[in-house]
Amino acid sequence: MTSPILTVSNLTTSFRVEGQWKSVVRNLSFDIKPKETLAVVGESGSGKSVTALSIMRLTPPQSSKIEGSIKLNGKELLTLPDADMRHIRGNEIAMIFQEPMTSLNPVLTIGFQIAEALILHRGLSRSEAEAETIRLLEKVRIPAAKSRFHEYPHRFSGGMRQRVMIAMALACKPKLLIADEPTTALDVTIQAQTLELIKTLQDEEGMSVLFITHDMGVVAEIADRTVVMYNGDEVETGATEDIFASPKKPYTKALISAVPKLGSMIGKERPMRFPVVDRDTGESDVPVEVPDTVKAAERPVLEVAGLTTRFEIRSGLLSSVKGRVHAVENLSFSLMAGETLALVGESGCGKSTAGRSIMRLLEPLAGSVLLDGVDVLKLNQHDLREQRKRMQMIFQDPFASLNPRMNVGTAVAEPLLINNLATRSEARDKVADLLERVGLQPEMANRFPHEFSGGQRQRICIARALAVEPRLIVADEAVSALDVSVKAQVVNLMLDLQARMGLGYLFISHDMAVVERVSHRVAVMYLGEIVEIGPREAIFQNPQHPYTKRLLAAVPIADPARRLQKRPVSNDEIKSPVRPADYVPPVRQYREVSPGHAVMIWGEEWEKKDPAAIAA
Amino acid sequence: MAGSTLASPSADPAAGAAVSQVSVSPGRETWRRFRRHRLAMASTVVLGLLVLGVIVGPWLWPVAINEIDFSAQLQGPSWSHPLGTDDLGQDILARMMYGGRISLAVGLAAMVVATIVGVLIGALAGMSRKYADPILMWVTDLFLSLPQLPLLLLIIYLFREQLKAIFGVEGGVFVLIVIVIGGLRWMPVARLVRAQFLSLREKEFVEAARAQGATKMRQMFRHILPNALGPVIVASTIEVSSAIIAESTLSFLGLGFPPDIPTWGRLLFDAKDQLDTAPHWALFPGAAIFLTVLSINFIGDGLRDALDPRRVI
Amino acid sequence: MATYLIRRLLIAIPSLLGISVILFTILALAPGDPFSEMATNPNVPPEVREALRASFGLNDPVMVRYLRWLSNMVQGDWGFSFASRINVDDLILQRLPTTLFVVGSSQILALCVALPVGIYAATRPYSVFDQIANTLAFVGFSLPTFFTGLLFILVFSVTLDWFPFVYRSDIAATGWRWYWEMFRQAIMPITVLGLFQAASYTRYVRSAVLDVIRLDYVTTARAKGLSEGRVTLRHITRNALIPVVTLVALQMPAVFGGALVTEQIFRVPGIGSLLIDAILANDTPVIMSVTFVFSCLVVFFNLIADILYGWLDPRISFS
Repeated sequence: MTSPILTVSNLTTSFRVEGQWKSVVRNLSFDIKPKETLAVVGESGSGKSVTALSIMRLTPPQSSKIEGSIKLNGKELLTLPDADMRHIRGNEIAMIFQEPMTSLNPVLTIGFQIAEALILHRGLSRSEAEAETIRLLEKVRIPAAKSRFHEYPHRFSGGMRQRVMIAMALACKPKLLIADEPTTALDVTIQAQTLELIKTLQDEEGMSVLFITHDMGVVAEIADRTVVMYNGDEVETGATEDIFASPKKPYTKALISAVPKLGSMIGKERPMRFPVVDRDTGESDVPVEVPDTVKAAERPVLEVAGLTTRFEIRSGLLSSVKGRVHAVENLSFSLMAGETLALVGESGCGKSTAGRSIMRLLEPLAGSVLLDGVDVLKLNQHDLREQRKRMQMIFQDPFASLNPRMNVGTAVAEPLLINNLATRSEARDKVADLLERVGLQPEMANRFPHEFSGGQRQRICIARALAVEPRLIVADEAVSALDVSVKAQVVNLMLDLQARMGLGYLFISHDMAVVERVSHRVAVMYLGEIVEIGPREAIFQNPQHPYTKRLLAAVPIADPARRLQKRPVSNDEIKSPVRPADYVPPVRQYREVSPGHAVMIWGEEWEKKDPAAIAA
Repeated sequence: MAGSTLASPSADPAAGAAVSQVSVSPGRETWRRFRRHRLAMASTVVLGLLVLGVIVGPWLWPVAINEIDFSAQLQGPSWSHPLGTDDLGQDILARMMYGGRISLAVGLAAMVVATIVGVLIGALAGMSRKYADPILMWVTDLFLSLPQLPLLLLIIYLFREQLKAIFGVEGGVFVLIVIVIGGLRWMPVARLVRAQFLSLREKEFVEAARAQGATKMRQMFRHILPNALGPVIVASTIEVSSAIIAESTLSFLGLGFPPDIPTWGRLLFDAKDQLDTAPHWALFPGAAIFLTVLSINFIGDGLRDALDPRRVI
Repeated sequence: MATYLIRRLLIAIPSLLGISVILFTILALAPGDPFSEMATNPNVPPEVREALRASFGLNDPVMVRYLRWLSNMVQGDWGFSFASRINVDDLILQRLPTTLFVVGSSQILALCVALPVGIYAATRPYSVFDQIANTLAFVGFSLPTFFTGLLFILVFSVTLDWFPFVYRSDIAATGWRWYWEMFRQAIMPITVLGLFQAASYTRYVRSAVLDVIRLDYVTTARAKGLSEGRVTLRHITRNALIPVVTLVALQMPAVFGGALVTEQIFRVPGIGSLLIDAILANDTPVIMSVTFVFSCLVVFFNLIADILYGWLDPRISFS
C-alpha cells in the first residue's frame, strides 16, 4: 500500500468578512496517492477553489486562517515557515488556474515567466533555463517553440496560454499538480485537447493531479477518485465509478441526475425534462418526454434566409479597412411555433451574432428575417418596435441582464409599459402573475437584483421576456453561466413554459449535452455558416460533417464506464472568422442526408488532418 | 464564450427560497457603506459646521467687515477680535465669514457648471456611434492641454471690466470666475461620463431594454444615466474643492475678486507681506481653506468607497 | 508601435494649432490696449499713437493678425515685448530654464517620495503605515501651494533663518559655493511644489498597485514560489506604472499652474512670473508667447507619456 502524496485532515478555512470569521471549508479530509487523479467537484460556493488555495497557502494572510492538517509526503505544510513554503510552491506542488487570459503577466515574455521558476528552484543559469524552457514548450506541443520563447502573452490564444501555464507548472517536475478549473473557460474542442495533454503529461511525469471542477463530464473523463463538496462541507468521497453508479447521499444523487449525459436521449423523439431530486430525501421523479408542442401545420414562426453580418476592422494611420469579421455568412433556417432549434458551435462561430442579428440588436448586412411572415429587417423604427413584441431575448450573464438600480417588479413591468400594453396598476397584477409562472413569489417584486441568486435572476429575466407574450424567445447561452442543478431547473422551467404557451426557442449554446436534452432540431455552426442542420436524433446519432463529428467527440461524457475509450482529438486551434478586405466567400452547397437533415458539402481541407474522420 | 464564470456564491437551487426580510435598495446600501468611513463622516460634520458658520455667523457676530480702526492694527487674537485684526484694524473673523460665503459659493457654482457641461458632452460622445465621439474627444483633449492657470489669469484680467459693467462689481466678477473655472474643469467629468456610457451601453440590461422597444432616450435616462452617476458624483464633489483652490489662487495672485472683497485667498494676498509681524493674519484664512478642502476631499473619498465598494481582500 | 507614435504626433499638431487659435481669439476679443498708458501721457499726440498701432498691425482684422502671428512664430520671430523692450524669444529663453529646473526637480522629488510610499502602502492595505500615508496624502493635496509656501517662509526663513526666500538668478559665487547657494534658495520652492504633487501621486500609485495586486497573474507568480519582494518588483510594479505614467502626464497643466504660484511667492524669475508681469502690463506679444510655450510644454509632456506608455506596455509596442 503506497503512502499518499498528500493527506488532508480536517481542513477548515475561514475568512474574515466585515469583522466576522466565516468558515468556507469545514472539516475536509481526503488523500491523494502517487500517480492518482483526484477530482474535487461542487457548485459555486462549495469551497473547492478555496481548498486548493489553502493547500498552497495562497489565501490572503491577514484575513484568512487555515486550520487542520495538510501533509505532503508526511511533512506538515501548515506549520512551515514562509520561506520553506515558498520552496514548495512551484517546486513540489504546482498550480494552474482557471482564466488563461489573465493568468499570465502581460508585460513579461512567456519564456521569462516559465524560466523564472527554473532559475529560482533549480538554480539554472539563464541559458540553461532557456534551453529547458524550449524543451518544455515543445512538450506541451506549442509549435515553433524556439521563436515563441520571446513573445508576449497577448500573442497567444486561450488554449495556447493554458499550455504555457501547464509548461510553467511542470517546469520543476512537481509531485502534485493542482488544477483549478483549468478548462472551464476554454472551448469544447480546446478543452478536450487540454485534458488529453494533462493526462499524457501525468503519465510521462508520474505525478498526481488534484483536479477541481464543476463539470461532472470532466470528472468522469479523468478522475480516479472524486470528492463531492457542498457549501464547504464534504458530502461524499469515493471511486469515481462508484459515485456515478450508486451515489449514496441525496445531494450527490441530485447533482448526478442534473447532469445531462451525451447519448442518453437515444430513442427518445422529443425533449425531456431533467429529473427533480429532493435534496433531503434523495428521491427522484421519473421524467418523461414533453408533450408534442411543435405546430407543424402552421407557417413557421421564424424564417431566416441569407442572413449575413460582417464587422469591419480598421487599423493603420487612416483607419482604412484592413479586414472583415465574417461573423454570420448566408444563414438560412426556419423555426416552427412550439419548436426548439439549437444553434451550436464554439467561440467565433457566430451563433451569438446570429441571435442578435435576428433580434435586430445588430444591423445585418443582408438577408431576411421573417417573423410570422413580416420581414423584421425591412421595418422602420416605429414598426420595428411593434414587432419586437413577438420576439424576446434572454442573455447569458444573469448579473448584467438586470438594471441594478431598478427593483424586480419595475424591470419585469417595463416591457408592458414601453409598449403600452397595460396601465401601472394592471402591470402590477401582471407582474405578480408572471413571477408565479416562473416559480418565484409575487412579494419579490420589491426587491433589487443583487438580493437574488443567479438562477433566480435568470427566472426574473424569463418573466420579463414573457411579459409581452412573445411567440419566439432567443436564449443566448441562457443557462451556461448557471450551476449544474440550477441549470437543470431553469431548463425544466423553459420546457414547461413551452408546453403551456407554445413558445418557440432559438437555443444558442455550446453545451452539446444540454442541447441534446432540450432541442427538437439542431444546427451546427462553424465560422459563421451552418455546416449541418437536422432533427436532434439525426445530428447526434448520425453526424455527417467532420466538424460535427469533431465537436461531438470532444464533449466529455458523464459516464466513467466509457472513460478509457481513447477518443481521437485533433490538435487544431479554432480558426478565426477574420478575412482580408477583398475576400469573397465561396458559394456553399448542401446535400440532404435524410428528410430534414442537410449537411454542407465540405472541401478537402477537412479530409486531410481530421483523425476523427479517419477513425470513424 | 465557452462555459465561463459561474453564478453567485449564494447559489441557491431552490427557487422560492427566502430572501432577506427587509428590502435593501441600492441607495440604502450606499448610505450604510458611507457611514463606515470614519474620516468621511467626521468631515461631513466639520464641513457642516464651516458652512453653518459662514451662513449664520455674520448674524451672531455682527461686526462690520470694513470698519477701519488704526488703533487696533495687526493685533493677535483677543476677546474683541477672536481671530485678530489686519493692518487696517479690520476684524479678521468678520472678514473671513463674509469671504467664506463667496469662496464656498464660487466652489459650488463652478462645480455645477463643470458638471453640467461635462455630463452633456460626455453623454453625447458616449452615445454616439459615428462622428460625434472622435470630434468631441478631440475638443476635450484640446481643452485638457490648455494651461489652466495662465488662461484663468488672462481671461479674468481681460474681461473683468466688461462684466462689471453688466452685472455690477461683485456679480460681474462672480459670474466671470465661475464660468471660467467651470469652463476649464469640465473635461475630466466628460471623460468619466463617456467611459461609463461606453461600458454601460454594451451591458445586457441595456440590450434587453432595446429588445423591448425602448427608444434611445429611454435607454439613456432610465438605464444608463442612473448607473453612470456614481463616479460622476465623486468627481463633482472633488471639483468643489478644486474650484475653491482655484479661486483662492486667483485671489492670492491679486487677480481674483476686487481688493475690498475679503475672500480667503485675498486675505492671504494682503497678509503675505506681514508674515513676520502678524502671522495670524495669514494662518487663519489659510487654515480655513485647508480645512474646507480637506473635508470635501475626505467626503469625496467616502462617497467613492460607498458607491463602488472595491475593498481589498 | 511606429504607427501608434506617428498617429499621436499627427494629433498633437492640430491640437497646438487649435490652442493657438483659442488663445489668440481670447486676446483679440479683450478690450485692453497696450497703448492705453500712452493715452494718458500728454507728450504723445493721438496721431502718433494711431501710427504706432498701425505699424504694429493692431488695426487689422483678427484673421490676418492671427496668420501673421503664426507665420512669424514658425519662422522664429516671436515679437517684441512692449514692456521690456527686448525680443520675446530672448526674454523667454532667459527665464525658461529656471522654471524647467524648478518644475523638473519637484517632479523628481515627488516621484521619489510617491513611488516607494505608494507601493509599500498598497502591499499592506489598511495597515498603520497605509492609513497614515493615506491621511498624510490627503492633507498634502488639500493644502494649497500658496499656503504651504507661506508657511515654509514663516518657518524656515523668518523663524529659523535657514533659507533665503528670494530667489536670485545671479548669485555672486563660483564652484561649490554657487551650488550651495543655489540649493539653499531653490529647496523651498522645489519642496513646496514637490510635496504637493507627491501627495496626489502617492494616491494614484497606491490605487494602481491595488488594482494590479488583485489580478490573477500575481497569484500565479506567488504560486511559483517567488518571494513577495520579487513579486512586487518584477510582476506588479511595471504593470502598475502604466496607468501612473498617464496620470502624471495629465497632471502637467496643473503642475505648471503650481509653478506659477511658487514663482510669485518666492520671486523666482521664471516664465510664470513673467506671464503675470506681462498680464499686468498688457504686454500682448509676451502674453501670447508665454501661454503658447506653456501649451507646447503640456503637449510635449503628453507625447512623452504616450511614448513611455507604448514602451512599457508590450501590447502596444508589439501588435
